[in-house]
Amino acid sequence: MLDDFLTRAALAGIGLSVATGPLGSFVVWRRMAYFGDATAHAAILGVALALATDLPVGLGTLVVALAMALTVAALTAKGWAIDTMLGVLAHSALAFGLVAVSFVPGVRTDLSAWLFGDILAVSRYDLVFVWTGALSAAALLAWRWQALLTATLNEDLAHASGLNPARERLILTLALAVVVAVAIKVVGALLIAAMLIIPAAAARSTARSPEAMALTATGIGALSVLGGLYLSLWQDTPAGPSIVVVAASLFALLATVGRRFG
Amino acid sequence: MSLLSADHVCVRFGGTEVLHDISLSVQPGEIVTIVGPNGSGKSTLLRALLGIVPAASGRVGRSTGLRVGYVPQRLTLDPTLPMTVRRFLSLPQRVSDAAATAALERVGLRGVERDQMAALSGGQMQRVLLARALLSQPHILILDEPTQGLDQPGEAAFYRLIEEMRAADGVAVLMVSHDLHVVMAASDRVICLNGHICCEGAPRVVSTAPEYRALFGLGTKGALALYQHVHDHDHASPHDHHHHHHDHAHPADAKGHAHHAG
Repeated sequence: MLDDFLTRAALAGIGLSVATGPLGSFVVWRRMAYFGDATAHAAILGVALALATDLPVGLGTLVVALAMALTVAALTAKGWAIDTMLGVLAHSALAFGLVAVSFVPGVRTDLSAWLFGDILAVSRYDLVFVWTGALSAAALLAWRWQALLTATLNEDLAHASGLNPARERLILTLALAVVVAVAIKVVGALLIAAMLIIPAAAARSTARSPEAMALTATGIGALSVLGGLYLSLWQDTPAGPSIVVVAASLFALLATVGRRFG
Repeated sequence: MSLLSADHVCVRFGGTEVLHDISLSVQPGEIVTIVGPNGSGKSTLLRALLGIVPAASGRVGRSTGLRVGYVPQRLTLDPTLPMTVRRFLSLPQRVSDAAATAALERVGLRGVERDQMAALSGGQMQRVLLARALLSQPHILILDEPTQGLDQPGEAAFYRLIEEMRAADGVAVLMVSHDLHVVMAASDRVICLNGHICCEGAPRVVSTAPEYRALFGLGTKGALALYQHVHDHDHASPHDHHHHHHDHAHPADAKGHAHHAG
């Protein structure tokens, strides 16, 4: 069954959705959308460094994404203007990454695979990588769920209950880096943030509790993957962007017919 | 043995000293109110006692195993976060349905479990926050201007509720306020704060202290009269009038202290 490239693609996408549902919900609740973008763009630099040093690309993206996320978190804590700083870091990381890639012989041609993902070329090895990463990130979030939710609601409230909001932020940062490293193969660096935010935003219109929103977001993510792959086969469109197109359509549909969108 | 104490605590933001040489302690079952004008460091003092902001010098002491029930000044929910009252009460510690309903009934709310937090009125929200704080069976309740946004009857009802809690459970209460009359009637001890502790003692003592008059006496005649009215309802009204005359007797004195306090 895994011999079929389409099955592997679908399984990779669904695996990713397991993590992007709950993580994307936190990104939406905490208004970290741009933060996700910056981390994802930095991953291109990780790709370049990994290719130049013959290390696994997954490792390279994970390390650089984590470094980027930690830098942003540290600077935010120091009180830098967040949107300006993210604008500087996100696009510089992408630019440095693209320039660095150009120094690696023979890579220039498949650069678009890293920018837009290449879900149809997912190997069995990739599949293991995606599911391991996604399940680890989801497990991390499940383990800290109550604390993360309290800290997201109000940091002082979390503090008074004996929690450490800074540690919870770090856990989210870590989960984000893992998911970015995993997702770069599936949807590519430019569209990772879309996979995080759009399904979660779509789920908001129907959900009455945080848990319902996270699970619905996973469902919408998985549905988008299947729909996107179908669209890609049927109309011969690029797979990654097609997935995001389907997710965006589901968002529009739910926002229109949904109870309300806050 | 005090539950919570500050020993010569100073707090600085950047180069500015926001709190200077604060020493105080709260005993079990005591209701202590911190009053002070805007910008006098009231909320900062609570946050320092909760360990959210670090003390630049001095020491904050908490008795071992102290459980704190904290009610923040306001809880602003991000509209993207769906949250029912029932779910909120289970953060960060999960509680049983029976315990949640009992806590809501204690604060005078019935049948709101399935309501969205965002749909609550200001008074309901404060009561839900209080119910959540009570669920941890705290030794001390810390309330930061808990009646902000409530009308006067709502405010009076809220403070009555606090007094009932203390009477029933012997819970200590430390609260901050800038409105004086109703608060002070409910307090065992009032601490008048303006960057440093200007004066402290029983409400009646503080309300006649020159340092207190210097901060509040000139602009809030009405509030003081109302306080007297609420507190001394069994006294003859000429008593109040006497106090007012007393106010006017030492304008120079009050001014001198105002200068000193500023």
